[in-house]
Amino acid sequence: MHNNLLLLPIIIPFFTAMVLLFARKNVMYQRTVTMIGLIAAIVSAFYMLNIVYVDGPQTVTFGSWPAPFGITMISDMMSILLVVTTLVLTFFIVWYSFSAIGIEREKFYYYPGIMFILTGINGAFTTGDIFNLFVFFEVFLMSSYLLIVLGGEKQQLQGSIYYLVINIISSALFVITVAFLYSVVGTLSMADIALKVAALEQPAILTVIAVLFLVVFGLKAAIFPLFFWLPKAYKSAPAPILALFGALLTKVGVYAIIRTYTLIFVHDQSFTHEMLMILSILTIIFGCIGALAYFDVTLIIIYNIVIAVGVILFGVSQMNSAGLEGAMYYLVHDMLIKAALFMLGGILIAITGTANLRKMGGLMKRYPLFGWTFLIAAFSLAGIPPLSGFIGKLLIVESGFEANNPWMSIVILLSSLVVLLSVIRIFIYAFWGEEQQTTTSISQATYTQQFTPVLLLVAVTVAYGVGAELVAPYMSAAGEALLNPSIYIDAVMGGE
Amino acid sequence: MKTNDVILQFTAKLVFFIIFLFSVHIFMAGHYTPGGGFVGGLLAASAIVLLILAFDLKTVQAGFPINYRIMTAIGLVLALGTAAFPMFDGKPFFTHYFDYFDLPFFGKTSLHTAMLFDAGVFLVVVGVTMTIIQSIGEDE
Amino acid sequence: MEIVMAFVIGFLFMAATYLMLSRSLLRIIIGTGLLSHGAHLLILTMGGLGGEAPPVLADGVEASQFADPLPQALILTAIVISFGVTAFILVLAYRAYQSLETDNTTLMKGSDDDAQ
Repeated sequence: MHNNLLLLPIIIPFFTAMVLLFARKNVMYQRTVTMIGLIAAIVSAFYMLNIVYVDGPQTVTFGSWPAPFGITMISDMMSILLVVTTLVLTFFIVWYSFSAIGIEREKFYYYPGIMFILTGINGAFTTGDIFNLFVFFEVFLMSSYLLIVLGGEKQQLQGSIYYLVINIISSALFVITVAFLYSVVGTLSMADIALKVAALEQPAILTVIAVLFLVVFGLKAAIFPLFFWLPKAYKSAPAPILALFGALLTKVGVYAIIRTYTLIFVHDQSFTHEMLMILSILTIIFGCIGALAYFDVTLIIIYNIVIAVGVILFGVSQMNSAGLEGAMYYLVHDMLIKAALFMLGGILIAITGTANLRKMGGLMKRYPLFGWTFLIAAFSLAGIPPLSGFIGKLLIVESGFEANNPWMSIVILLSSLVVLLSVIRIFIYAFWGEEQQTTTSISQATYTQQFTPVLLLVAVTVAYGVGAELVAPYMSAAGEALLNPSIYIDAVMGGE
Repeated sequence: MKTNDVILQFTAKLVFFIIFLFSVHIFMAGHYTPGGGFVGGLLAASAIVLLILAFDLKTVQAGFPINYRIMTAIGLVLALGTAAFPMFDGKPFFTHYFDYFDLPFFGKTSLHTAMLFDAGVFLVVVGVTMTIIQSIGEDE
Repeated sequence: MEIVMAFVIGFLFMAATYLMLSRSLLRIIIGTGLLSHGAHLLILTMGGLGGEAPPVLADGVEASQFADPLPQALILTAIVISFGVTAFILVLAYRAYQSLETDNTTLMKGSDDDAQ
């Protein structure tokens, strides 16, 4: 059955962006309209979440064309969960940017940029057409180019040129890969591709295409060995933009890998998924090395993105229900907690005036609440029960044992310790010890304005961990749908 | 940078209208044959760029006092509005409506909502291209 | 025909790789342009060459004579996107040239270190 409402979380941000374009100099107008648009989108996304939970996947095929010929948008459990998470955390990031991004950027298309990025990301989560996925990738990439060059400071320029060139190359590779896939299966609808692939007699060429897709999406998701661009490109971005990118952009790549590797490329799992597993473990190891190597707050958290991507993809590569459910749990958790951590790091840098840990110290005396919030976020990131990272990681580790890869699971457990060490190091250096003289403090009012949304977001992640019982049915529905591609295929092909 | 090339300026004034009319023709041709809003928009933008080359940015801006950023926004609204309208009618997103009408002077004409969408694309393309060219050209 | 296209595409990719490995930002941008051209031609070839008639309904044209319209639609979309991206990166390169006074990417990295 077709249901246009699933498009609302995509259209509302798009429409908001257009309304914002009409008066870019009026900051109050920009802020108000952005907030209204976000709240409307969040409400519509939660409404869709409920419908998908009760009635199963919802689809709409553009232009009333029959299913494999028109572009299908499909909202299954995984898509809508990610859409909800995206919108919720963007709400907090936008709130945080009111006091953190600076009036100059606010006047120069900052909010329209965020709204276009949401359009692209929600579209990428929802689309059921591989080429349309590319288009939505480009929509959010274009807006991310705008956001990353915004302000035009010198260090920013180099990072952003680097980011642009990397992404242009990966986009070209995406087009090339889609061309190969089209020449083999002759269709672009992902559900139809899955059917054609199952009927195809030459799996070797498909394995090649699967690897190409892994390269394309791996560049976006920053898996080993393609994560090299991530620290360099993100390092110079201001905190709210960094939070948005760190929480969302790599996760779209992860989503695309999950979608293609559970729906389309399931014919040769002993090769493709084995490779995914090895790469994910290597990603974790190299992420750990990076996270321990630096004394820069931003870089430590950036390398933690890489670790998390590895953990999620390991769960996916196991292809059992525990692994996929755990990956879903961990994906949502990681989006929320990364946004919170980047914002906390941003406040830390704003308070101390430096990103270097060695120059910080003794903040606990003046900012006790900030210190404890950071500690909770750090524990949550490392997966200490009952905080939000725990259940996802537990399920992923369990799936490794189930699938007879115990050593890999042990690597993941050990990586948790490294994650804990790396973020606790920030805590110890910044909050303990002697108070540093060089502290250039921001005003108390600005601090409160910046800290409130972050505190609330951390509270959301705690609720997500403690209330795991409540979200469990949604997560297991998502995991089950990933394990049985026929649910997805039937929803697309069976409709109308 | 003020140029004073009489031949170029005179030709540009003439050729501008030819290119612009051709862009309208291409836009209309997109109805059933190759053409459409994107190509038409690019042609229209290139016509304006030709004027900018012959004269300079300020003169052309005085001739066409258009805010291209607003133009982009209007184009986007038009395109999205056309695509989203069927949603209120209970049909899938992007469903188009079309029919034949007997118009005075034109005779039997086929009208299609895809044209509204294409008009939006036209405006967006002209708006974005001109915004880029202005933002590069302004510093000189 | 396909073999000729394969050579053309390969040549475009080769030239693109060569240009992108250079230090000048402008060459890198031209390289990315060539790379996307190669990708577009690849879509066209992969969709299957042949089909004499444009994919528009007309009198006296059999359905079997149509060219495949889908690769054409994909290419148009990809061209629009690469047009936008190229325009954007050109503006960015110009701004970088203005503020850093170089288009050599190695020299740009020089001021990267004083941020640390």
